[in-house]
Amino acid sequence: MTSALSPNRQTQAALLFLLGAAVVHAGLTDLHLRYVKAGLRPLLLLSGAVLIVTAAATLLYEWRRPPGDDGHGEPRVAWLLALPLFALILVAPPALGSYSATHTGTALQEPFGFPDLPANGPLRLGVGEYAARAVYDEGRHLRGRTVVITGFVALDRAGAPYLVRMTLNCCAADAQPIKIALSGAMPPVLRPDTWLEVTGTYSPRRTKDPVNDGPVPYVEVTHARPVPAPPDPYEG
Amino acid sequence: MATRTRTPREAAAPPDHHAGREVPPGDSRRLDPALLFTLVLLTAVMFQDPVRGALASPAAQSWMTVFVAVVVQALPFLVLGVLLSAAIAVFVPPSFFVRALPRRPALAVPVAGAAGAVLPGCECASVPVAGALVRRGVAPAAALAFLLSAPAVNPVVLTATAVAFPDRPGMVLARFVASLLTACAMGWLWQCLGRADRLRPPSRPSYGARGGGAAFWGSVRHDVTHAGGFLVVGATAAATLKALVPARWLSAAADHPVLSVLVLAALAVVLSICSEADAFVAASLTQFSPTARLAFLVVGPMVDLKLFALQAGTFGRAFALRFAPATLALAVLFSALTGAVLL
Repeated sequence: MTSALSPNRQTQAALLFLLGAAVVHAGLTDLHLRYVKAGLRPLLLLSGAVLIVTAAATLLYEWRRPPGDDGHGEPRVAWLLALPLFALILVAPPALGSYSATHTGTALQEPFGFPDLPANGPLRLGVGEYAARAVYDEGRHLRGRTVVITGFVALDRAGAPYLVRMTLNCCAADAQPIKIALSGAMPPVLRPDTWLEVTGTYSPRRTKDPVNDGPVPYVEVTHARPVPAPPDPYEG
Repeated sequence: MATRTRTPREAAAPPDHHAGREVPPGDSRRLDPALLFTLVLLTAVMFQDPVRGALASPAAQSWMTVFVAVVVQALPFLVLGVLLSAAIAVFVPPSFFVRALPRRPALAVPVAGAAGAVLPGCECASVPVAGALVRRGVAPAAALAFLLSAPAVNPVVLTATAVAFPDRPGMVLARFVASLLTACAMGWLWQCLGRADRLRPPSRPSYGARGGGAAFWGSVRHDVTHAGGFLVVGATAAATLKALVPARWLSAAADHPVLSVLVLAALAVVLSICSEADAFVAASLTQFSPTARLAFLVVGPMVDLKLFALQAGTFGRAFALRFAPATLALAVLFSALTGAVLL
């Protein structure tokens, strides 16, 4: 595996340092929330720190190295570590959006129970919570209430609008969408991936997800306004 | 160089001396990797706008998001496993394992398989640790049983499974039993049929003459760059296949009892989900039978694209090409049997 193009120990130290710094930077900002669950943050910071210490230790021992002990058996595959590094610091791809949502079926599941909601005022609900209460609780707690839901817009092949949130279990590789179909007073122009705060009421109407025939409830929109994307684009 | 004053020794050398001479270290004809890295990095920064523009299509962006997510998610566990394996390699004497494990490999296999329950990580952590065990003189059959069982039967993963399947407590037991059976069966199979030359002993530079600190950090550096490179290979494959395989194929296979087991086993291989999270994905595949979902949970931590790349890097490609398909076949078999009995 060793050749003239294998990264020597100093280059490996540079790679490890930059990767560690990129991981720590992603962990300290909201960047990591695009890719993994918030709970992974302490482990991310820790592993980034370990990578930086490894880079420092490599340089230190390289400096003290007795002459003649040249680097052998350095893996050429280590160069590939530059790919995620470039992807993180140069491109920083966005969180999964309408493209994945329209290619994956809704992941709505029956929850363990329906805790009581606050008795007064408009209800701020997650997409998953509204959908679960609408489908599996027949909207019992939702009738006659104003609900406020935030999500991004996705359009299916026929152009019908959905309000979507992706749910994560661990990382974006296992992200699955939960969808609510929109009807009523819609903005004149709907662009996919726009974040909307939708104010509306419960609707007993249902449809089926075109991908996996999963249940998709409707919400009757009375008002919709564009909002900036939240720091954590996923629901837990 | 040509204008340099010649020393008497060089002058005495034959005229073709320079042509046949070894390239000395630091010679300007040899490309310095650090220089190459700096050049590539600066060029990439210079052209970042066109690169971003080229990757702006939604399909390319979601591919990249999944790729980065798999790497970022697996990296902490890989680092954890590498630290543990470096500690085993440097600070735990080989005699410890001789005393801790039964002398007969046939008995050591189930003991090592059950010992997998104490490594609270996912599959990325278990590969470097199993490599360190083989280097420390543990019988390969036992180390392989540990490699397969550790990501599937540890308490973190079993708790996650119990949380994901609240109305089906049998799933936790079934996962534990089927995973342990597969791990032990693979260990015994290797004991009977495996040839030592197929398992390339994980080679590394020797740190014999150096102190504990130098050996420890040298091992960490080598393993992170080496296994990390193979992790990138696996993440690329997983992101590509996830983008290419349409979700509709899944629902078409859900109704057939045999096909559904095979399809979910194949899905586990392709998706390469961390074993601490795969139970939640399995729980959401509601259109499939419990046995098919059990196959997803048993196969995932033992055989997937990311893991195959890591195994090929650690133990050699010839080994991984035989080991992974055999594991897949046994995992599907034991899932079907366990599912028939317990679910």
